[in-house]
Amino acid sequence: MRAPFALGCLALVYLSAVFAGFVAPYDPTTQHRELAFVSPTRIHFVDDTGRLHLRPFVYAMIPASTGTAVIEDRSRPYPIRFVVRGARGRVAGVADSDWHLFGTESPTPLFLFGSDDFGRDLFSRLLFGGQISLFAGLLGAALSLALGTVIGGVAGYYGGWVDEINMRIAELFLALPWLYLLFAVRMALPLDLAPTQAFLLVLILIAVVGWARPARLVRGLVLSARARDYVAAARCLGASDAYLLRRHVLPQIIGMLLTQAALLAPQYILAEVTLSFFGLGVEEPVPSWGNMLASLQRYHVVASYWWMFLPGIVMVPVFWLYHSLADALHRRAMST
Amino acid sequence: MRYLARRLAHAVAVLLGVSVLSFLLAEASPGSAFDELMLDPQVSPATIAALRDRYGLDRPLVEKYVHWLRSLLRGDLGYSVMHNTPVSVLLWPRARNTLFLTVTAVTLAWSLAMPLGAWAASRRGRWPDRVTAGATTTLLAVPDLLLGLTMLLVAVRTGYFPTGGMVSIGFADLGAWEKVKDVVAHFVLPVTALVLINLPVLVRHMRASMIDALQSPFMQGGRAMGVPERRLRIRYAWRVALNPMISLLGLSVAALLSASFVVETIMSWPGIGPLLLAAIVARDLHVVVAVVTCSTMLLIGGNLLADALLYWADPRVRASQRTIGAG
Repeated sequence: MRAPFALGCLALVYLSAVFAGFVAPYDPTTQHRELAFVSPTRIHFVDDTGRLHLRPFVYAMIPASTGTAVIEDRSRPYPIRFVVRGARGRVAGVADSDWHLFGTESPTPLFLFGSDDFGRDLFSRLLFGGQISLFAGLLGAALSLALGTVIGGVAGYYGGWVDEINMRIAELFLALPWLYLLFAVRMALPLDLAPTQAFLLVLILIAVVGWARPARLVRGLVLSARARDYVAAARCLGASDAYLLRRHVLPQIIGMLLTQAALLAPQYILAEVTLSFFGLGVEEPVPSWGNMLASLQRYHVVASYWWMFLPGIVMVPVFWLYHSLADALHRRAMST
Repeated sequence: MRYLARRLAHAVAVLLGVSVLSFLLAEASPGSAFDELMLDPQVSPATIAALRDRYGLDRPLVEKYVHWLRSLLRGDLGYSVMHNTPVSVLLWPRARNTLFLTVTAVTLAWSLAMPLGAWAASRRGRWPDRVTAGATTTLLAVPDLLLGLTMLLVAVRTGYFPTGGMVSIGFADLGAWEKVKDVVAHFVLPVTALVLINLPVLVRHMRASMIDALQSPFMQGGRAMGVPERRLRIRYAWRVALNPMISLLGLSVAALLSASFVVETIMSWPGIGPLLLAAIVARDLHVVVAVVTCSTMLLIGGNLLADALLYWADPRVRASQRTIGAG
C-alpha cells in the first residue's frame, strides 16, 4: 500500500471524528431509556407490497409485547434523507449547527450501529468517542516523540555524562512492561477527573511512559549523523550547535520519526482505550472507545448484544491503516 | 561466564532503579488507604493518626524507602491495607499464576511461530507466504483488549469453557485428574488470546531471519556442493535463523506481560494484573510497588534467559567476550 493512500484514509477517519457534530445524526448523550440495547436499525429498499424504493427507508420501532425487544412498525416507511436539519450540536468545537449528514422523520431514532444500555445511539457515540481515542493516540505519539527527540537528541549530541544519565533512566523505563508502568504512573494522579482533565492526563501519562524508546532511537541516529564528515566539515567552518542540529541532523532522523509516529499512534490509542476500559481514563457520559467497551464487562451484554463490540472492531481497520502507513514510510525512509 | 555475571549485575541495578521509581510514584500519589475512614463520623481523627503512625505513613521519604528495601531483602514485601494481609501472601500465588499463563503462552507461541515463519520464508512469494502475511497483518491490527473480549464471547456462546477464573467453585472436592481438567478448561481461552497476540510479531521476525539465512553464502556453498535443499534448510539455515530470534525473546516477554495484564483482567485470571488494578483503585501502596517490581522481575528474568540462551547458542558471543576479557 502506498503512503498517500493510507494517509488519505486515516485523514478521512480523523475528519469524521472532528466533524462528528455533523456526521453523527444524534447527540452522544441523548438517552432513550425505552430503547435500550436495540440492534442496528434495518435499512430497507423493498416494502411489504414488494415495491422497490430507490431511496432507502426505515420503519419506526415499537416495543414488542414480550420482553425488552422492539419490533418494526411496518405501517409507514420513513425515507433516509441526506444533509438534514436535526438536533443542535457543536461541530468541530467551534460552530453551533443543526445540520446532519443523514436523518429520518421517523419518531424513533435511526440506530445505524444499534443502541447501548441507556438507549444512546452507538454510531454517534463512536464518532464522538473517536475525538477522544483517536486523538489520544495521535497527540500522545506526537508528545512522546517530541520528548524523546529532545532527550535523545541532547544525549546523542552532547554525549558524556549527559548521555550516560539519560540513557540509564531510559533503560529503567524500558525495563518495565509498559502497561504496568502506565497503570503505576496513573496511580500517582488523582482518580476522579473531569473529561478534559482526564484526556490531558492520559496524554501526559503516554508521554511520560513512552519517551524512552524514541529517545534511544534518536540518540543512535544522532550519534551516527554526528560522525559524518560533512557535519565535521560544517563544524570546522564555525557552524553553531543549533544550526548543525536543524540543518544536518534533523533531516536525517525525520523519516524515522514519522515511521515511529505511525507505529506509536495505534499503541497509544489502545493505551487510552485500556485506561478508560478499566475506569481510569475518560469517564461517562463522555464517550471514548474504552468506556464504551466497558459495558462488555457484564455477562449479559457479551452474551446478547454483538454490536456492543463495535467500538473494539472499528479499531482493527484504523490500526491496520496505521501499520500500512508505517510500512510505507519505513520503505520510503530506507530507499532515500 | 563473565558475560553472564555482568548481565546479572546489570539486572540487579535495573531492579533497584525500578524499585526507587515505583516507590516514588506510589509516594507521589494523592490520598491514602485511610481516606475513606476520615469520612466516617464514628472514627475519630486520633484513631486515624494512630493508624497512620502504626503503618508509618508520616515518616520521611528516604527513611520509608530504606525501611521498605530492608524488609524487601528479608523477603517481606510490606502489608496490604486493603486485604489486611502481608503483600507476599497476596503476591506469590498471583505471580505463580501469571507465570504459569505466560510461560505456557510463550512456549506455544514460539513452537507455532518458528515452523510457520520458516515455512513462509522457504516458499517466499507463493501462497503459503501470502496467506501467512495476510493473517499476521490482520492479527497485528486486532487490539489485545478486543481479542480478550472475543475470548469472553467464545466462552459465553459455546459454553465449552468457563468465562473466567482459574478453578471452578467445587475445586477442592475434585479428584486429581478432575482438577487438572478443570484448570485446563479455564486455561485454554486466556492462553489462546495471548498466543494470538504474540504470534504475528514472532512469525514475521522468523520469516525475515530465515530469508536472511537462506540467502547467506554458506547456503549457496551448500547448494553448489549438491546438498539437498531440504537438508540444508533443516540442518543449517534453521539454526542460523534462530540466533536473531533469541534476542527477541526478552522483547516478546515484555509484550506478553502487558497483554497478559489485559487478558487476565478481562478473563478474571487470578494473576498480578487484576491485583494491580484493584490496588490502584484502593490506593494500596505496597501492593502496587510490589506488583510493579514483580512484573519487572519477570521481564528481567526473560531477558537474562535470552542472554544465557544466546551465550549458549551463538559461539560468536562467547568469542567476543573472550577477546574483551583478554584485552
